[in-house]
Parts: sequence; structure tokens; C-alpha cells
Amino acid sequence: MKTYEFKITKDTAWCPGCGNPSIRKALQMALNELQIPHDKIVMVSGIGQAAKMPQYIDVNSFTGLHGRSIPAAIGIKMANHEMYVIAESGDGDNYGEGGNHLMHAIRRNINLAHFVHDNQVYGLTKGQASPTTTSGQVQTFSSEGVRSEAVKPLALALTLGAGFVARGFSGDVDQLKEIMKEAILYDGYALVDILQPCIVWNKVNTFQWYKDRVKPLDEQHDPTDWNKAYEKALTWGDEIPTGILYKVPTESYTKKFGFLDGHTPLVDRELRPTDAEKLMEKMK
Amino acid sequence: MDYNILIGGAAGQGMDSVTNVLNKVLQRSGYHVYTTADYLSRVRGGHNFFQIRFADHEIHSHRRDLDLIFAFNEETLEKHLPRLKEGGLSFSDSSIKGYPDTKKFDFVDKAKDLGNQRVFTSMGLAVILRYVGLDTKIAEEVIRESLREDLVDMNIEALRFGYDLMDNDSPVTHTESSRILIDGNQAIGLGAVAAGCKFYCGYPMTPSSGILGFMEAASKDFEIAVDQVEDEVAALNMALGASYAGVRAMTASSGGGFALMQEAMSLAGILESPIVVVDVQRPGPATGLPTYTEQADLRFLIHSGHGEFPKKVIAVRNAEDAFYQTVRAFDLAEKYQIPVILMSDQYLADSNVTTEPFDMKSIEINRYLADPKDYAAGTYQRYDITESGLSPRLLPGRAGENLVIVDSDEHNEMGRIEESAENRQKMVDKRYRKALPMTEELEEPWEMGTDDFDTLVVCWGSTYGVVKEAIEELNEEGKKIKALAFADVFPLPLETFKKYHEKAKNYVVVEQNHDGQFEGLIRQEALVKADHLITKYDGRSFYVEELKERLEEIL
Repeated sequence: MKTYEFKITKDTAWCPGCGNPSIRKALQMALNELQIPHDKIVMVSGIGQAAKMPQYIDVNSFTGLHGRSIPAAIGIKMANHEMYVIAESGDGDNYGEGGNHLMHAIRRNINLAHFVHDNQVYGLTKGQASPTTTSGQVQTFSSEGVRSEAVKPLALALTLGAGFVARGFSGDVDQLKEIMKEAILYDGYALVDILQPCIVWNKVNTFQWYKDRVKPLDEQHDPTDWNKAYEKALTWGDEIPTGILYKVPTESYTKKFGFLDGHTPLVDRELRPTDAEKLMEKMK
Repeated sequence: MDYNILIGGAAGQGMDSVTNVLNKVLQRSGYHVYTTADYLSRVRGGHNFFQIRFADHEIHSHRRDLDLIFAFNEETLEKHLPRLKEGGLSFSDSSIKGYPDTKKFDFVDKAKDLGNQRVFTSMGLAVILRYVGLDTKIAEEVIRESLREDLVDMNIEALRFGYDLMDNDSPVTHTESSRILIDGNQAIGLGAVAAGCKFYCGYPMTPSSGILGFMEAASKDFEIAVDQVEDEVAALNMALGASYAGVRAMTASSGGGFALMQEAMSLAGILESPIVVVDVQRPGPATGLPTYTEQADLRFLIHSGHGEFPKKVIAVRNAEDAFYQTVRAFDLAEKYQIPVILMSDQYLADSNVTTEPFDMKSIEINRYLADPKDYAAGTYQRYDITESGLSPRLLPGRAGENLVIVDSDEHNEMGRIEESAENRQKMVDKRYRKALPMTEELEEPWEMGTDDFDTLVVCWGSTYGVVKEAIEELNEEGKKIKALAFADVFPLPLETFKKYHEKAKNYVVVEQNHDGQFEGLIRQEALVKADHLITKYDGRSFYVEELKERLEEIL
């Protein structure tokens, strides 16, 4: 593919005023600036409004099941480790239904950029609480307020040993673009939690609510300082820090196989049944 | 000659290691071997046993009546002595009291003298070898190959000591043999490697774990990405990701794990993703009997995945069949862009058998991929509606200047979400149309028994071996029986069945479940009801003798 101008579709199933188009704008800009050929990128998503992202940008895509974008993304990366794999979906998809996969993707340190649209609510199913909804907040089917505590995704990722942990905001496209670029190029698992309003279903965490609170990390922030990053990951209230909280070099999953990184991708291997004779010899 | 030996004791006493050595010795001495394992879901204690049958002719099953019992504990004698044939030998260590007809040896005392109580197993092994007319030469060779270095001399000394405990001067016989020794899980694993499987993942679950173990062991040499995943939901989704990216991929589990894969099975259906999934059955419901056997997942598998989409289910009949059907499964999955499900069970998974080496040269791999050169930039559509229903398959990053877009939502030809009624109908029709030719290449069942028959016996999957032996013996006794063993169970080939069913006065189905699931399937597809249904669902596979008795009751 010769051109690096990533086209986007005008007609989407997103509501007017939603944060998703801004997130898409950031992604489009990131991909354009990175100059990665379209066909070398695979986007993997699940189900939900955020998960429709691959419908509206021209890259290879695998829209799988709700909560299961991560395992599909891992399979893709293992089969063809030369592809840039981006998993993108919502907070319900990744922190609820797919929570177990999140934990194990971090343990594996599989090389993929994981973009989670976090609007603290379920959109497509009409306003139920998500794993990141604030405790006590009233939502569809939580008429007396959510009884559980909210997941703290960045703190969770840090405690599990993630090497790249960041937070963006749909209202700051330039910053989000820069975070996305670094996440895509990072050799390992990179979590980017992206705050965005849901103008229909979340009446508490509105655009203005986020706007009043988000604060980009200052230049003094040392992204290699885990303790500092953890402190920032837990900071949630009048101030919500955004930016790359933590980034250190790690050994990514495909490097741990002696025959992946630096070798022909598995998809291009020649298949020779007679090779299996060696295995059968051992059974004699 | 045809010997049937039982080695029993508590889990952890070492019956498995003595059985492994014995299997290898018998294989290398040129015999046909059929060894089964009966074990409890625990690490220590309980009552476990191995049944080792070997013969100078082909054998297809384990049997009930025993020639020899090597008892590691009293329970073994209590449970299995009634199965000993007249003139058979049972033996144990002299510490087991009572059982006057059982020969007692001072194994343990001598083993302690040698420095390790556990080497008494090699003494018992030598007693068996001498009894059946073999020497210790090959056993010594196997011990040298398989045991830790510091245990070798001790075990060889124990072997020689055991050998002298028996007198048997019948001539020692060895013949050359090229046969391999393999179990059902290894046969599926080997089939996957030969078929070019490049991605395998799974979550450990008895009795399927042997496949994961086999693939992991092959991973480095054969450069296959193998992953022990967090759960079976991840397993199938991950394998589908790998398949989309373009490699042949497989996962395996047993019933419970397979149940967790259902949504992803359905995903394979709508993505039209080639994939091979193995269910090594064990008795359910739920956890059921983790280490025992049953054929009760048939209905579940043919209906697996919500919604409607074409798939194929193959029930493997023995180790050799498991190998070739696995190779075939990979081919059919890519040819028709469908999920192919292989059914095995604990009985096959844990049976070690000798079989002729598989013919790797006969395997041809065709990926059925489209040529990217045929598609100018931006002209490729993954779900192109074609006359055959099969859409050209290109791989992401290997599609020229084209994108490969797939979606679990109902999608249009490009792979984008589309919810219109017209599109929905076109896509469902397309998915079913592509699989139509599959019904023309179904494999008819294997045939056994006499052409002059009045009774037709039908079985499927792993009951093949026991049915074969039972039918052939009944034939020899003058009973006129024809039998069929199905591997392709869904879609179901009925040509052979109908031909024989027409002539049969008595139609019997044998299966290892409660409901008679296969009988019901034939009833549904061929509109005929069995005259007799022989089922077994206690978790233990039919013995040949037992099946003969059950058949004789109704003949």
C-alpha cells in the first residue's frame, strides 16, 4: 500500500456529541503520522459503540465477540508478528466481560496497543453501569446506585506489571494522538484508557465534568518511576492526570519464542508433512 | 497368542512407569499392543489400574478376562481376581496376606536391599516377561533410555532378580517390527503437526491435556506457537485470531471446556473461519467423571454454537483414524471455511496402541487461498457472494493492496456491519450454499462382519474396536452379523447404512451413553428406529466379552 492517508467514513452509528469521533480523529492522525502501510495494521474489537471503530477507518479488521478482542488479537500477533495489532473497545468489553483476558494479556506482555474507550457506562445496551461507573451512581438497572466499587484500570495494569500505561481524553485530540503513536510503537502490551463522555447515558461524567478535571502530566513526570505512576493512577477526583503515566522497556511476548521475532512470520512458513516423520520416529 | 495383563494399585505407586516400560518392550518385541488406563481423579491413593493386552496378531480393543495380574495392593486382588482366567497367574509382594492362589514374592525386602523400595516394580515386570516368554534384554534397553541415570543400574539388577524368581523355559520370541506406539491424544497431535498446524492453544483439562502436552513438546522443533491460555473462551477466540491471520490453528478440550467455547464456535460460523476444535469426551454433566469415558457429547457438538451455520463433526475410531482424520479436518476446514470438530474420548486418549507408521508422504496440503494478484487495489471483498457460496479467502497483510475485514455482526460482502433483510438472507444462503458439496465427500462407515447377515450392528467413534472384535468372534460362532462404524457423524452419510438396513431383520445400535444419541440421529436423518439399543454409561468402556453377552441376549 503506497498511501498513508487513512480514510474515514462519514456516516457512523455514533450519537451526535459522542467522544468516539474525536478518538477516531486522534487514531487517524496517529496512523497518518506513523506512515505505517494500511495493510500492515489489524484492528481487533469486540462489541459495543466503541467497538465499532474498525467499521469507520480503513485498516484490516477483526470485529469479534464482546469481551474477546484481546485473545483474537493475541492469535493474530502470534500468526503474523510483523503486523501492528491494535485492540480497541469499550470499558464494559475490556474491564467487564473480558476482564480475565486483560489480566493475562498484561502477564504475557503481548505486543499490542490496547485502546479502551472509558465513558464509565454501557452505551449500546442503554445506560447500565460499567465496571468503571462510580460507586453509588444511579444508572439503568442500578436504581439505588451502583453497589460495587469502580475498577481502577491503570492501577490494575500497573500492579499486574504492564510496561506501558497511559490515559487520554477524547477532548484533547493532540495529546491522545501522541499517546497512541507511542503505544502503537511500543514493543509490548500498552494500555491506553481513554476518557470520553457518553452524552446520552452518563449524566454525571459529562464532557464538562472531564474538562474541569483532566490535567496533562507535567514535563517533570518521570514515566519510568513506577511508584509515581501508581500514585497518578490512583489520582481520581478534582484532578485526573492524563498522559503516559508509565513506560519502560520490556521483553515482549513474541520475543520469548525463539522462532518469532527476527524470523519469518508463521503465516509465511512452508508446510511440509514429511517433517512430522521425525516425531513419529520417537514413537518406535 | 493373546495375553491380557492387569497391573493395579494406588495412584502414585508406579504402575504407570512399569506399564510404560512393558508397552515399549512388547512393541519392540514385535507384538501388537492395546493398553488402557483406568484411573481416578486424584494424585495419590485410590485404585488405579492398567490393562495391557498383547498378541501376535492385530488387536482392536482391551478385554475383560485376564491371564495375569500384578497387584501392588490388596484392593487390586479383591477387585480383579474374579476376572482371572482358569490357569491364569496372579502375583504380589509377600506383604499382602491371604489370597492363597496368588503367588507371593519378597519383592519389597529385596528392593530395600538394592537401595530403593520402588524398584520392586522392575521385579514384577521381569516376572511378567518370563511368564509370557520374553527375556530382559529389551527391557534393559528401555530402562536405560527412559529412567534417570542413577536409577538405571538398580532397576536392571531388580529386573534380573525378578526374572530368576520364575521358571519358564519356553523359547524367547522376538520379531522385527516397525510399528509405532501411540495414544489417541498423541495421534491427534501428530496429525496436527503433519497437517501444518502453526498455532495451538488450550487450557489443561483431563482427558484432553495430552494434546496440549504433545503440541508443547513439538513447539520448538517444529516452530509451532503453543500457548497455555487463561480459559477455554480465550482458547478458541485466540485460535480464530490466528486463523484469520492465516495459519492453520487448533484447540482442544473436554466437554466442560468445549462448553465454554460455544460463543466462539458460533463466531467461527459467521466469520467463515477455518478452525479445528477437538472434544476429548468424558462423562458429564458438569465435572462428571473426569478420568473416565463416554460418548455423550454428540448432540451437543452437532448443535454447538448458537445460531445456524454449517459445520462438520468427525468421531475418530482409533489412533490411526485419529491421525488421518485430524489431517482431513484441517483440509476440510479450509476447503469449506468452516469449523471442523473432532470427537475423541478418554478411552482413546488413554489407550496406548501399536499401529503401522502413518504415511506422511500421502498428505497433500492445499490452503485453498485466493491469489492476491487477481485483485486490484480496493477490489477485494472477504464475503463476496459467489455462485458456489465460497468467498475468496485472502489474508490480512498478504492481500496485495486490499484489506481483509471480518465481523461477528451480520455483514455485507466487504465485511462491514449490515442489518438489512436482503443482506441477511443472502449471507445465510451463501454460508449454507458453500457447504453443499461437503455432503458429497462424506466418508461412509467402515464395514465389518459377514455379507450374509440378518443383524446389522451400528456403532461410531471409539466403540469401533470393541464392536469389531465382538462381531468377528460372533461371526466365527456362526452368528450372521454385519456391522458399521461411523466416523463422519455430522453431516451423516447414509448410503451404506440404507443399503444394509434394508436387508437386516434386526438393527442394533451400540453406543457409550444413556440416551442413544446416535441412534436418535439416524432416526432423524434416515427415519428408521433401531430394534435394539445397547448402551453403557458407567464411565467404563465396553469389554469385548461384555458386548458379546449383551448382543447374544438379543440375537
